[in-house]
Amino acid sequence: MAAHRCSRCSWLLLVFIFSFYVSAKSEEATQANDEHASVVDNPQTAAETGKQPSEERLWEATQVNEAVPIDAAAHKQDFPVPGSVLTPTPQLKDDFKEELVIRPLQSGDIYASFQFRTVWETDFTTGSKVSHYRLFPKSLGQVISKFSVRELHISFTQGYWRTMQWGQPYLPSPPGAELWVWFQDTVTDVDATWKELTNVLSGIFCASLNFIDSTNTVQPSASFKPLGIANGTDHRFLRYATLPREIVCTENLTPWKKLLPCGSKAGLAVLLKSEKLFHSSFHSQAVHIRPVCQDWQCKSTSLELRQTLNVVFDLHTSGQGKQEWSLFKMFSRTLTEACPLASSSKIYIDVTDNPQEEQFELSPATPLLSQAVVLGDRRTFSVYDLTQQVTFGTVRSLNVLIRWKSTQGDMLRPLLHAERYVAGYGLQTGEIHTLMYNNHPFRSFPVLLLDSVPWYLRLYVHTLTVTSKGKDNKPSYIHYQPSKDRIRPHLLEMLVQLPPHSVTEVTVQFERALLKWTEYTPDPNHGFYVGSSVINALVPSTVAMHTNITQEQPLFSNFFPCKEESSYFMRVYTEPLLVNLPTPDFSMPYNVICLTCTVVAVGYGSLYNLLTRSFQIEEPNPGLAKRIANVIRKMRGVPPL
Amino acid sequence: MAASLTLLVIVAVTIRAALYRSSLAEPIAERVEVVSPITAWKRVIEGLALLDLGVSPYSGDVFHETPLIIYLFHFLVDYAEITFMLADVIAAVALYMAVKDFNKQVFRKQKFALEANRYPADCLELIRSPTEMHYIPLKVAMFYLLNPFTILSCVAKSTCGLNNAVLALFVLTTIKGNVLLSAIFLCLATYQSIYPLTLCAPAMLYLMQHQYIPVNPRRASFWWFVVQYLFMYLGSLFVIVCLSFFLLGSWDYLPSVYGFILSVPDLTPNIGLFWYFFAEMFEHFRLFFLCVFQINVFFYTIPLCIKLNPEEHLPGVLRPAGLFSFIPSFMAPLDLRWKRQLQLLLRHNFALQRSADPAGVGLFLRLPEEGAPPDLRAVPEEEGRLGGDAGAEIKTLRGRNSPGTLRTNRGGKPASSDGADSYEDI
Repeated sequence: MAAHRCSRCSWLLLVFIFSFYVSAKSEEATQANDEHASVVDNPQTAAETGKQPSEERLWEATQVNEAVPIDAAAHKQDFPVPGSVLTPTPQLKDDFKEELVIRPLQSGDIYASFQFRTVWETDFTTGSKVSHYRLFPKSLGQVISKFSVRELHISFTQGYWRTMQWGQPYLPSPPGAELWVWFQDTVTDVDATWKELTNVLSGIFCASLNFIDSTNTVQPSASFKPLGIANGTDHRFLRYATLPREIVCTENLTPWKKLLPCGSKAGLAVLLKSEKLFHSSFHSQAVHIRPVCQDWQCKSTSLELRQTLNVVFDLHTSGQGKQEWSLFKMFSRTLTEACPLASSSKIYIDVTDNPQEEQFELSPATPLLSQAVVLGDRRTFSVYDLTQQVTFGTVRSLNVLIRWKSTQGDMLRPLLHAERYVAGYGLQTGEIHTLMYNNHPFRSFPVLLLDSVPWYLRLYVHTLTVTSKGKDNKPSYIHYQPSKDRIRPHLLEMLVQLPPHSVTEVTVQFERALLKWTEYTPDPNHGFYVGSSVINALVPSTVAMHTNITQEQPLFSNFFPCKEESSYFMRVYTEPLLVNLPTPDFSMPYNVICLTCTVVAVGYGSLYNLLTRSFQIEEPNPGLAKRIANVIRKMRGVPPL
Repeated sequence: MAASLTLLVIVAVTIRAALYRSSLAEPIAERVEVVSPITAWKRVIEGLALLDLGVSPYSGDVFHETPLIIYLFHFLVDYAEITFMLADVIAAVALYMAVKDFNKQVFRKQKFALEANRYPADCLELIRSPTEMHYIPLKVAMFYLLNPFTILSCVAKSTCGLNNAVLALFVLTTIKGNVLLSAIFLCLATYQSIYPLTLCAPAMLYLMQHQYIPVNPRRASFWWFVVQYLFMYLGSLFVIVCLSFFLLGSWDYLPSVYGFILSVPDLTPNIGLFWYFFAEMFEHFRLFFLCVFQINVFFYTIPLCIKLNPEEHLPGVLRPAGLFSFIPSFMAPLDLRWKRQLQLLLRHNFALQRSADPAGVGLFLRLPEEGAPPDLRAVPEEEGRLGGDAGAEIKTLRGRNSPGTLRTNRGGKPASSDGADSYEDI
């Protein structure tokens, strides 16, 4: 171990000198702390990883090396980041990291995931007024303290994540907008606070979050547990809402970028150009705020802000048939520098399926390799460290390029995926089918299914069936909250055990309600959206998961806290549903009113007639000629006829 | 007579049992023409399922039946088919007995009047003959049990069948002159769906005359009887409401059942008019029109009682007072049946009634049908089953009646005549 440390120190020194020598901007280079060394460990061994077929031994070696950055990171937390541009106030310890993960997908698409993390050692709950902001965006900080938010998760997504083609995303999100918030226990009127908060967020993100009201908000009883540290999990303080119809575009991206310390001026954020980002198969941007532990003892908490952006590029359509992509091709920008405020700025490229470069070729080649446990699997990544000037080479810009050699290769089927559809015909009733696939060959695991259905689809919970492998699979826990017309949606939560290698089908019948004519959307025949079901699962992991969340890991691998080593948490969203409702004739409310009122008037008239008329014997009515004759006779003084 | 009634019951039960076993039972139960949001069996089952899940059935907006129905079907859910068939049979037998009794009274009075020579010579043809009277009760029972809509409702297990059984028992006990039972059954019917409240006044008037109490507001005996009856009625209503409270331990059911009936938030199409109107109503007029429509149900009852002599025209009073059969917010075809049964009782004085009733009923029935958006669910042909008896009768009566001394001013009321015509001619 001692020898190891020695070699590490020497390498550190070497890097130090080298960077001094190469770079004129030594300011940033000197920031290189222990952490950089963690990735640089033993580049020769790492380089060999790509070549040697006997990988197991090398992986073990890396595992030993991995132990080093852990205590290095723990040390690092003790003193503030040196050499930052702005003068730090002593009580404000904050830290910013940025990271881009690129995963070539088996379908030939490219998955790029940005993560920006700001950790701030502050506490809004103590009541002391926080007025000095450095890296943390002030707009969000004020919202958190004003509305006593403990956790806030918001995501805007355009497109649907195709699990069967693309595997699991690092951070799942449903199509449209999703918002879930845990409030502090001190909030008395949670609903009013929630309403206000959605309106404020609607302004911050330029989104239609103000359409979140009681008709699409639910309080899940078991799903959406706090992701940060929390002492109480009373679901009265939780609110969850989705807007499946929300369309995400540039106007949402701009305010999102403004929350970054460097904006879109430097660092990875220069790649975020809307004309390219929205020309993609899938786009999702999110903001997650939660309290996290400051150190492994967890004596005090700090606030973590994670901004993530996931995008899947379809390179078949844009690549003119050529199987090749680069940063420039994807984002129409290359990287020239890291964000100067960032303590770490890295690009990871998933090369697990490409140990011999038989699938694709990566250039410029990087000597750095790293391993991380992501989604129950150990993955290998090529790492580009942007804080190192050497990364940018002589051209002072980094343009990572991948050239595909073959498109073969089978993707590991995701252990859990789900789909959902509406069955039935006509406009009166229907049936929602949710299929959950457990692809694990021999392990069964429990999943928690959450369904939030708008009130205008009246669910009949007595028709709920759960079957797997042709047999009835009784959920061990069901929480059902029926809807109230125009007030609240249905909420159905259940805990189902998925048998190994099986499909579990959940069906429930519904009836379509007829709305008032003003309640329809402007395009009623387009249909009405029903938000995705959410499936939370603890999936058996093939490798041991890291249970220590303070341990230094790549950002994308440590979002969901992990309680035990044998399984990992996964959240899967199904497709949103598009359901047609019966529509009245919109053209003639006036006619309907006239008609109906006439009916009532005629009915009333008839009854009034019956009630007021008295019957009496009537004298026969003399004819006109006779009457005239009588008048004349009267004038003559003769008795009438 | 009893033999033919038994035969009728056996035939009716066989038809129902056969339909229950057939594949038609399920599609019938789904039809909005047969069930309404309140009476749908599917919703009753849902209420029971919610109760099993530990959720109050009234916390949602699916179940709107009364707690007693839950309690009843909590035990009888496996015997639901038998329960509904039994309810139909009880209703038919009760009507049969009620009509028999009523006819006896009418016949007696007719005899006295004939003896006293009070009828004008040219209306003797309207006087009922004993053979005619003999078959009326059986016809009433038959029209109740074999009516396709009764059968369909029974097969769909619409809880309306139970309400009708209670109402039939109310009619029977009222005609028999049993004050206490009349009040209790009326209370049960009111508890099930507010609208039978309107029957309170005619029932009181009828019972008073039955007991030879003069209908005179200046007499103490009149008020004493009113107080007695109201006490029985409201007392049993109070007991039953409290019982419901203790069954579920909350008052949730009051807004969910009665608030639902009165405020019509559910626009599920049925053969009534409310959903059609309120789906297209401007929101700021909604409350106004809601009040106007609901008042219409209640406010005819007193004037009708004053105008029509309840003993002579009990069915006549029951019927228009039972406007709840076509105005209510959530109407099931079973409600409509009441008119038919009672019309049969009215054979002898139909000529007097004609102008008011068919006009209103005809229009009310026809309009939703004509106006319903075609893409929604169609409205049934209520008229189809009229061809047999009542409709034909209206025609013959009018033919006979036209030159008569009791001529009504037909020329002055084109609307109602048209309504009557169209009603019959379909």
